[in-house]
Order: sequence, then structure tokens, then C-alpha cells
Amino acid sequence: MGYEIVNASQILLAAGEKEADFSIHNWAKFNLFGQTLYLTTTHISLIIVSLVIIVFALVARQKINKASAEDTPGVIQNICELIVSTVDNMVKGIMGENGKRFRNWIATVFVFALLCNISGLFGLRPPTADYGVTFSMGVITFCIIHYNGVKKNSYRHFTNLFKPIPLLFPINLIGEIAVPLSLSLRLFGNVLSGTVMMGLIYGLLSPPITTGIPAVLHVYFDIFSGCIQAYVFCMLTMVYVNDKIAD
Amino acid sequence: MNGQDFISAMSAVGAGLAMIAGIGPGIGQGYAAGQAAAAVGRNPGAKSDITSTMLLGQAVAETTGLYGFAVAIILMFLKPFN
Repeated sequence: MGYEIVNASQILLAAGEKEADFSIHNWAKFNLFGQTLYLTTTHISLIIVSLVIIVFALVARQKINKASAEDTPGVIQNICELIVSTVDNMVKGIMGENGKRFRNWIATVFVFALLCNISGLFGLRPPTADYGVTFSMGVITFCIIHYNGVKKNSYRHFTNLFKPIPLLFPINLIGEIAVPLSLSLRLFGNVLSGTVMMGLIYGLLSPPITTGIPAVLHVYFDIFSGCIQAYVFCMLTMVYVNDKIAD
Repeated sequence: MNGQDFISAMSAVGAGLAMIAGIGPGIGQGYAAGQAAAAVGRNPGAKSDITSTMLLGQAVAETTGLYGFAVAIILMFLKPFN
């Protein structure tokens, strides 16, 4: 053999001129309290997504405040009513009447996760393809679950871990701890797999193929998968919380 | 080929083996979708309930496949053994 393989990535990237790019990059570096911190692609995508949500919310607030019963609702008002009624029905269907106070949190998570997941369509790296983001969401869900469990059942929330027999305590404990991990890994894995696939397709194929044809894959990986995963995240949050607050 | 290259190559093989985990969720999700289709056929009125239940079950079944995917990604790109 006249040549030598230097590393695995060379084989992977040999077909295209560009590199397959789906990793997180550092844009800026600064020191804070003796630690080196980086401003990464995730932060920039998160800031953009948050700004979009904030601007939409402010505009929607203006429109709703000005709206009167006689007028025909405009586009933005229709979109807001669609989102609110969808989330209301979703929460009502799973949690019943005592789930009303969770509507705000569920709607926030739903809109945020949805916009994060489909931001790959607009050229950003989806923030949810970073485990830091999804794990934070999982930890918040974990806190909500156990806050409501303690509020509803007081000390029995902890003694329930020893039911039906004390021997099962370790297994119950692992079951509780696995909730945020599996929630966050599910969202992360789905979005990351879409990002990796799109990165490989754009990086490995040559220009005539990368115009137009990846649109089909964007529909699946970004829109379909993103919507399903945002829905599933909210759905599972509601199911787990409902487990604790059910009578 | 030195030891470092061998570790890289075996990491790639391991990543491929880890993705065999994709078989399980594939079968499970297909079975859930088939059962949901049968349920809609028996009771077309409950289509939306059946669809949301199916999606929830499929998402939970998908988790094991994603664990395999996470292991594959770690082996390929984070290179824990190099």
C-alpha cells in the first residue's frame, strides 16, 4: 500500500471539499472569577431564539391589549389564540382541572423547545443539540415534580420511595433520578442526530446535490422531529407532575 | 499502525456496534404504530387520543436507541480512550 491513513476523520471527510461541521465552536473567551469561560455557538443561538420570543411576545401583547370584540382578529392575534388554546387543551387533557396553574410553564417550555428545535432550519445550530441546555430543562422539570410532590403529600412523598416493600428503595430512587436524565437525553439525542445528519449531508456532498434536495430532510429532521420532541417533552413533564399531584 | 491508530479504529468500530441499538426502537415503534393503526380502524372517533398516546409511547421507546446514539457520538467525537 502506497499511502497511510492518518486518522479516522480523514476518511470520513475525504469525499467533500468542506468539512462536516456540526460541533460547538467558541466565539469569544473571557475570564470571570478566575475561570475561563467561552461564548459558544449555543449561547448565540439561545440569545437569538430568546430575542425572537421576546419580540413576538411584546408585539402580541400590544395587539391583544388593543383588540376589541367587534374587530376581526389579525394574524398575530390568531397565532396567539391558536398557541394558547392548543396548550390549554393539552394540559386539560392530561392533568384535568387541577393542572391549570401549570399552563404557563408548559406553554413556555413548548414554545422555547419548538423554536430551538426548528432553528436549524434558519441556519443556526439548534441550542437543544447542546446537553447543557436540555439538562437544565430536565433539572427544572425535576424540581417542579418534587416541589409539587412535597406540597401535595408532605413527608409521604419520601416514604413512598419505600413502597411497596423497603427492599425496593434503591430501584425507586434510581427511577426518580432517571427522569430528568431520560427527558433531557431524549430531546438532546433527537435534535443532535438531526444536526449530525444535516452536517454530514452538507459537508460530504458536492454543491449540485446540496441545493434543493436537503429540503426534504430538513422537513423531517427539523420540523417533524422538532415538533414531536417539543410536544413529547411537554407531555412527559405533565405526566410526571400529574403522577405526583393526582388525588 | 501504532497503538493510537488502533484505538481510533476500534473506537469507530465500537460506534458502529453501539448503533445496533437502533434495531430495538425500530421494532418497538413500528409495532406501536401498527397497533395504533388497528385501533383507529376499530374506533375512528378516537383518532386524536390514539395518536397522542402512540407518539408518547414511541418517544419513550426511542430512549434506548438514543442511549446507543449517545455512546456512538462519544466514541466518535469525544474520543475518551485516546
